[in-house]
Amino acid sequence: MRPADDTIVALASGRGKAGVAVIRVSGPLAWDVCAALAGDVPQPRKASLRRLVDQHGQFLDEGLVLTFSEGQSFTGEQSCELQVHGGIAVVTAVLRACLDVDGVRTAEPGEFTKRAFMAGRLTLPDVEALADLIDAETEGQRRQAQAILDGTAGRLIEELRQDLLLCRSMIEATLDFSDEELPTDMESLIRAPMVRVRETVEAQLRGRKSAEIVREGFEIAIIGRVNAGKSSLMNRLAGREAAITSDVEGTTRDIVEVRMDIGGFPVILLDTAGMREAVDTVEQIGIERGLQRAKAAHLRIYLKSTVDDEPQGLQPGDLVILSKRDLHGGEGISSLTGEGIEELLALIEEKLSQQVSVSSVFSRERHFDMLARCRDSVVEAESILGKGIHTWDLAAENLRSASMAVEALAGKIDSEDVLGAIFGSFCIGK
Amino acid sequence: MFHVKHFDVIVIGAGHAGTEAALAAARRGAMVALVSFREADLGVMSCNPAIGGIGKGHLVREIDAMDGLMGVAGDYSGIQYRLLNRSRGPAVWGPRVQSDRSRYSAFVSRVVKADPRVQLVIGEATDIVIEGTKVGGVVLGDGTRLVSPSVIVTSGTFLRGRIHIGNQVETGGRVDADPADRLGRRIEEIIGQRGRLKTGTPARLRSSTIDWDRLERQDGDTDPVMLSFMNKRPVARQIACGVTATNERTHEIINANLHLSAMRQGNIEGVGPRYCPSIEDKTTRFADKSSHNIFLEPEGLDSDLVYPNGISTSLPADVQDAFIRTITGLESVEIARYGYAIEYDFFDPRALLKTLAVKGIEGLFLAGQINGTTGYEEAAAQGLVAGINAAALSVGGESWTPDRTESYIGVMIDDLVTRGVNEPYRMFTSRAEMRLTLRPDNADQRLTPIATRLGVVSGKRQKAFAEKMEKLERAIGSLQSTRVSKEDFEEFGRPLPKAGVSGSLHDFLRLELDFEAVRNSQNPALRVLDADTQSQVVIEAFYRPYVERQTREVQQLRTMDDVAIPHGLDYSRFASLSAELQQKLSQAQPTTMAEAGRLEGMTPAAMLVLRAHIGLLRKSA
Repeated sequence: MRPADDTIVALASGRGKAGVAVIRVSGPLAWDVCAALAGDVPQPRKASLRRLVDQHGQFLDEGLVLTFSEGQSFTGEQSCELQVHGGIAVVTAVLRACLDVDGVRTAEPGEFTKRAFMAGRLTLPDVEALADLIDAETEGQRRQAQAILDGTAGRLIEELRQDLLLCRSMIEATLDFSDEELPTDMESLIRAPMVRVRETVEAQLRGRKSAEIVREGFEIAIIGRVNAGKSSLMNRLAGREAAITSDVEGTTRDIVEVRMDIGGFPVILLDTAGMREAVDTVEQIGIERGLQRAKAAHLRIYLKSTVDDEPQGLQPGDLVILSKRDLHGGEGISSLTGEGIEELLALIEEKLSQQVSVSSVFSRERHFDMLARCRDSVVEAESILGKGIHTWDLAAENLRSASMAVEALAGKIDSEDVLGAIFGSFCIGK
Repeated sequence: MFHVKHFDVIVIGAGHAGTEAALAAARRGAMVALVSFREADLGVMSCNPAIGGIGKGHLVREIDAMDGLMGVAGDYSGIQYRLLNRSRGPAVWGPRVQSDRSRYSAFVSRVVKADPRVQLVIGEATDIVIEGTKVGGVVLGDGTRLVSPSVIVTSGTFLRGRIHIGNQVETGGRVDADPADRLGRRIEEIIGQRGRLKTGTPARLRSSTIDWDRLERQDGDTDPVMLSFMNKRPVARQIACGVTATNERTHEIINANLHLSAMRQGNIEGVGPRYCPSIEDKTTRFADKSSHNIFLEPEGLDSDLVYPNGISTSLPADVQDAFIRTITGLESVEIARYGYAIEYDFFDPRALLKTLAVKGIEGLFLAGQINGTTGYEEAAAQGLVAGINAAALSVGGESWTPDRTESYIGVMIDDLVTRGVNEPYRMFTSRAEMRLTLRPDNADQRLTPIATRLGVVSGKRQKAFAEKMEKLERAIGSLQSTRVSKEDFEEFGRPLPKAGVSGSLHDFLRLELDFEAVRNSQNPALRVLDADTQSQVVIEAFYRPYVERQTREVQQLRTMDDVAIPHGLDYSRFASLSAELQQKLSQAQPTTMAEAGRLEGMTPAAMLVLRAHIGLLRKSA
């Protein structure tokens, strides 16, 4: 079952925008994490106000810090809780800072509950009820795996297996039978199937994005220089005053999000602070957060109010739009009059459907996680392979991990997976 | 009236498994009878004159780390040292020696005879006495009764051994040695279903009739790496081997006579190892290859015999003469003994516990080829395990079930008792999931402490080990506290440890496996280290991130495995378990969750219920 030896972290409150977000850390390093972010470990079970910083000393947020000693927490392990402001950017930054502590990883769904269970902190009736659920879940996973194996995904998994078997058997041969008569071009023989595996998996992973978009929404960041009319465009698209607009430069200091529907898909519009040399630190932080968030969005719209404005921070496929058409009367859009807005929406819809159409034969997050693990391992193995034969044992190790990921994909279920699924999908023992 | 003698442990067979078993039991304080057909059989190498190799070298190092015999005997007999896989990572290095056969067996014989706790008993073990479900001792062919609560059977290829050359079949445990037919039948009575395996050996050639001048030489390493942690340099004179190869003419002769090979005569039911094919297998399976390498390995400094590695065969004698003489350098060679295939009994090792004791019969242990393995090293390693555990049973002490996350010995035993065998089992590095952790260089760090706890390590080795560890720890400590600047990292093109402006010398070393750079380094922290410590430090630093990751993985497994189930748990109280499972658990009384998980019919749900009950019990305790 799960280790009690590593430390896990996750957002314990609901995702999305909320007043306060609770980040929970559990495991032997929980207090180290606390000390790293908050500067010290406050007295257990007592809420203390602390400034949270990342490993470079960069200020993240001010929040309440709660610590629990071993045996005194929900999981039974040493824990700490960080209550911070609920903005997505803040939560992301605090989580990242926690993960920067060596030995800390993201909790799997339901893992806190599972640890509580393992520590014997659930009651017998909870456990008895669980047994039935597990039987059902085992059967469910078996059927799900069967369905995958029977279809296109099954053929794909089989190809991955064959290719991994091929490169693994050849790299193992160079390690175990080097005193025998082996072909001289082993490296290229090993590399060819590895490349096939990586390419297949990468193609599938591109499809992950469309699944994610359908589930969580297509993120569009509106970027541009200060006072380019970003907030006005946002308000026009959203049809309400979500962002405060004014003609004073630097009005938008943090990221404003609006959810809407375009062409039947959920869309999240992000209004970011305008780019300029900030007058104060708060605005500077706002600009940097905006840039980071925009970078991660699915699409960026660069809004410029003058023709000679040189766009920045764009990625291939992004849109550049001229604003304030009502002032210059040329091309582009006017958020004031609504001119060009329909065309812009059509353009967005086109971009959106392009990204959603790249599909994968897989659908579940768990499958994509396994594929990503497989890809990472193969990429690592490829890079090691090129460094010379004296480290091929490391390449072999990475290929073994890749194989294990594919086996997990093929539904080799152990009780560990089952437990994870149970605690992830049902609310038990709380 | 026949003699009756009492012992703590009886070992049947004095080969690699038997001698290792007897000596290990004796190191734990047991009085041991070592039963052998002939005194001359002690430590005999039936097949190739070599110890170690890839995977096998790991086993030798592990046996040595537990103060076993094979490493030191191998070094004493070593007439050529080669570290196989030297160009690959240290995790897969394979220390190997070419052995002088007579030096090897002389050394083994001397050590066994010098041990006051081991008594050599010459005779044929024909019966194993079983009283109820317990072993009572052994009866010899002459009626002598040896009484003991523990018996270890290491019968090698002797149980109903049959030797095949062409269509001739002889009985024998190896050439010129009687088989153990009565013992074979007796063990079958006790354990049940036997299986048959086969293995083969090539002809032995007369060195004086080989035209060595026409052959390529293969020399040993210039900086020989010892098998034993206790040795620094070879003691015997070092020699070269010869290299030659088969050719198209050789293959023609073999292919024309394939139907005469014992393997094609239909006389052999046993399964042979895929990775050690006979020459007739090679010419058939790899028909497109027109040549196969042959290594001509002298059997000793004073021996006229040469072992031609690569042409094991069971073709008739005249065909062996003909095909061997087509080979460069062997045109007028004289064959001293023809190659043969040998078939023997083995028993499904799934009938064993991880102590190598037969389930359900207290005191009966099996080790070596009887369990379906092949190779001296595999046999010796099992002998060590059986010896340790047989002594525990008779004279008290902790038993030892080696873990697959700790040693190759553990990997082998876990594979044997959980998966069984369908061809002779040989050690490979790829069998070890924890390969990067289970290296030959750290076998002592992994096992000497365990062996010391078990009481099988001499004071001399304990002291040597403690000194080595102190040196190593001091060296690592000093490397960790020596700072290396950002510029140095950049100069050598190595990435800085994350978010740092500088790193330790230890961080720096872990990025590349560069022995040369360390040897030539002017850094004071490295310059003060002796060569052994330097290379150990390089290896240790390089693998550390992987070792740490693998250790974490193991701990994850362990949290499951190590959850102990209280003894005498009343399973009938667990209403959510089926009646069938309640009964199974009551009978089996598993001691850990891992054991429970392996019981047939255990479902994830049942495991969870069990786990929860144990958790509740512990909480209320």
